[in-house]
Amino acid sequence: MSTSFSDFGNDLYTGKRSIPVVAKRRSFYLGSLVLIVVAVLGLTVQGLNLGLEFRGGSEFRIATGSTPSDYEQTARQAVGAAEDASGVNVTLVGTNTVRVQTEKLTDTDSQQVRGELAQAFGVPEENVSATFIGPSWGASVSGQALRALLIFLVAVVIMLSIYFRNWKMAAASLVALVHDLVITVGIYSLSGFEISPATMIGFLTVLGYSLYDTVVVFDKVRENTNEAFANGRMTFAQAANLAVNQTMVRSINTTVIGLLPIAAVLAVGSVFLGPGVLVDLSLVLFVGILVGAYSSIFIATPVLVSLRRNEEKVVDLEKRALRHQTKKAKDAGEAVPTSGDAAAPAASVAAGQVDRVEGATLTGRTVHEYARSGPRNQPRRTPKSKR
Amino acid sequence: MASTAPRTAARRALIALTVLVVALGGVLTGSVVWGDGQTTPKLGLDLEGGTQIILEPRVTNGQAVSAESLAQARDIIVQRVDSNGVSGAEVTTQGESNIVVSIPEIPTQAVRNAISQSSQMQFRAVLAIGSGIPVPTGSPSAAPSASASGSASPSASPSAGSTASPAPSASSTQNSAVNEALTAASPSPSPSGSASASASPSASPSPSASGSGSAAPSGPTDLAWITPEVQQAYDALNCADPKALETVRDVAAEPLVTCSEDGSTKYILGPVAVSGDKITDATAGYQSNPQGAVTSTVEIALTFNSEGARQYADISRTMVGLPSPQNQLATVLDSRVIVAPQFNEAIPNGRASITGGFTLAGAKEIADQLKFGALPLSFEEQSSVDISPTLGGEQLRYGFVAGLIGLLLVVVYSLFQYRMLGFVTISSIVVAGLLTYLAITVLGWAQNFRLDMAGVTGLIVAIGFTADSFIVYFERVRDELREGRSLASAVETGWNRAKRTVLIADGVNFLAAIVLYLLASSSVRGFAFTLGLTTLIDLLVVFWFTHPLLTLLTRVPFFRDGHRFSGLDPRKLGAKKRSYAGRGRFTPVEPSAPATEGSRA
Repeated sequence: MSTSFSDFGNDLYTGKRSIPVVAKRRSFYLGSLVLIVVAVLGLTVQGLNLGLEFRGGSEFRIATGSTPSDYEQTARQAVGAAEDASGVNVTLVGTNTVRVQTEKLTDTDSQQVRGELAQAFGVPEENVSATFIGPSWGASVSGQALRALLIFLVAVVIMLSIYFRNWKMAAASLVALVHDLVITVGIYSLSGFEISPATMIGFLTVLGYSLYDTVVVFDKVRENTNEAFANGRMTFAQAANLAVNQTMVRSINTTVIGLLPIAAVLAVGSVFLGPGVLVDLSLVLFVGILVGAYSSIFIATPVLVSLRRNEEKVVDLEKRALRHQTKKAKDAGEAVPTSGDAAAPAASVAAGQVDRVEGATLTGRTVHEYARSGPRNQPRRTPKSKR
Repeated sequence: MASTAPRTAARRALIALTVLVVALGGVLTGSVVWGDGQTTPKLGLDLEGGTQIILEPRVTNGQAVSAESLAQARDIIVQRVDSNGVSGAEVTTQGESNIVVSIPEIPTQAVRNAISQSSQMQFRAVLAIGSGIPVPTGSPSAAPSASASGSASPSASPSAGSTASPAPSASSTQNSAVNEALTAASPSPSPSGSASASASPSASPSPSASGSGSAAPSGPTDLAWITPEVQQAYDALNCADPKALETVRDVAAEPLVTCSEDGSTKYILGPVAVSGDKITDATAGYQSNPQGAVTSTVEIALTFNSEGARQYADISRTMVGLPSPQNQLATVLDSRVIVAPQFNEAIPNGRASITGGFTLAGAKEIADQLKFGALPLSFEEQSSVDISPTLGGEQLRYGFVAGLIGLLLVVVYSLFQYRMLGFVTISSIVVAGLLTYLAITVLGWAQNFRLDMAGVTGLIVAIGFTADSFIVYFERVRDELREGRSLASAVETGWNRAKRTVLIADGVNFLAAIVLYLLASSSVRGFAFTLGLTTLIDLLVVFWFTHPLLTLLTRVPFFRDGHRFSGLDPRKLGAKKRSYAGRGRFTPVEPSAPATEGSRA
């Protein structure tokens, strides 16, 4: 596996194998568009499952050594002694913590309930935690988070525009970011995962990660396209696509390594602890990093290519590159790329990659034996742009 | 290529890193040995157990809260918490309006009350005044008999007798006559909420004089507010006891039994005559005489808004004619009397001046308190979280276990992907972990930084982010190897390219951390802080450890010759021989990319 994975990486780097991310961008746009529509629909129809922090209420958590099987009954009775049992929500969290959610209680009632619960479960009172949350708490946290987000976005656009000296790269990163945001929120709305302030923090981190990942890919895109602009051997789209392919191994490795610890936290947290900061955060990060990795590969770069497609400089480069490639192909006495070629990789897109026989490249001076002894070459055709 | 310059730089960087680690370790050891430091990071309340109360000012129609008044409110809450004997509590302001009180234990109801109690300023008429220490023989039975006699009760009470002058019937008549006018003029002093007050004084001191015919006290200065219950509470009050006022009932429409701030005097006060939110300004300074020359008397000058000015004019007009102590108007903050000056003249224009032997500093403080009390800053609990130490400890333990598992998975994966090079990743993560631990522990000691659950999650997430820097770097080195460079050269060139990517990527991360830290609420802060800290440490480790280490490793034959398991085997990486293209450029094998993009123009 390792060998084949590194071969895969090598082939992607040299361009022997190429995943036609840019060429097939319309399919990726369409796929994402469908996801976004589903997400927005889910959001409008189903809404979000807001946690206690947004609704307001009181919550008690009882850490018991061993949870009695009739914990729900016990908890209800204990709470009922101090408060009307309606609207009381008892759940078992993890293996040995009972969570009791009630409507908003006053301080005095809350202390009383805490005592009752401790007594009912036969644990010392310090094993019971009590939380009271006013309904404005979550709203104020989200309000602040939203403001932080907007300022962050403005700052990032400025920073990236300066770094890449190109506002379109910043714009494309933002498109990818909004894409991640909407899809992550959609997943939350459709799955009904509870949203807590910790989830909000996670959202913000996911956005940071999405940008981070996009920036790494774009750095390579810039390197390749600058080279292309200098030597005119590749069109802008080809250079960008090569960059995506060359950073593919990095993207996979980064995503796997980023997800491993988060997955561990998610697994340990949800098995032993139940809903809480740990699980809420790791869940949103897990979903967000996956979506973020997808978008930085399949959305950000294609969007960049789409954005810059009509730039004079880019159109000019395309002409130069095609001229160069045609010439090279002629020199090598080989097939000239035509628009018809695009159909061949399209067939193997389903497999996720396009296999090309070694030496069958336009540039390869060493031509694979198969190619040399193979059927006669296609008749030369002028490229479409020259026709 | 393999010049000595990179290796010298590498050694220097490693030495610098060692110095940094030793220095941090030294600071930590020093803080433990000579200071109050500890060897583990300080934990947040959600891990250690304790209570966090977030207070939100009750603001009317979206009015903004000034940073100054919030800081003052914070100071007052600190005083309140401290005076309740809670150790290690932290009171911080959060964002632009909230105050966060963190207490490392689960507080008693009294502490809670003290924290979230209103801190509005009030002006109340003094009804009776006495020494702060009760006379032990003061029997409660004296009070009912006194009120039954029809005369003002303080005069009959032995404890108040020394200072409170008896209220003659003449003044009582005058009193209620003025009160009637006052009641008509100002709608505010309504005795409606005081069921007990109106029911009990069947033998009201002024039944004959009051034209209303009702038994209820008719104005803020009416002595009828002194019911037997009030009298009893007053008699029992011992201002020398710091806990005496914990149970005080402070309701605006009812009389208040309380002490002066220094505990030397106790008072019975009427219901609120003017509430402090009508103060627009309070300044302290030297009084000037009518000629405009500055005198040596320190005064506190108050300015009221129009409604406050009218109420203040009414009450001053009423009180000027009353005998002492009923001509005193007490200024009450947090249920304690700050100052109770006498009226010498009616003040019609709402510009009050309080004098009374203040020092300038003392007057300034009171002026600040008055101004503060004047702002609409009464607080409401926005959220309150009691975390049991058991639960917090459990969260931390599982978080730790999860972190270790995550780390182990990362180790396995990097070894799988990068073979021996994986050990460079692992040792880098270990160094980063060490630095993070030292930094957090030292910050806990120096800056009282507390690691909370969100922070722990931030640290675990950071494992992934940190590892990514190495991946970017290694992939670049591999790219260079593929282009046929020697390892030493590949490491240098790869580094020069990866450096920029790592810098901009970490820059984005750091920007996110800063914005989150500055703008988001406190629960987000712990996370933002650890994210920012680990980003910086990541940069430090990549620049001062990983790259230098790799530079030095290029001399090791195992890596230099590209051993099969080194992770840097050029053959495995498909390096092309003889691909030197002149002018120092190595041509990569040109890709067959054209096929991937249609040649449409």
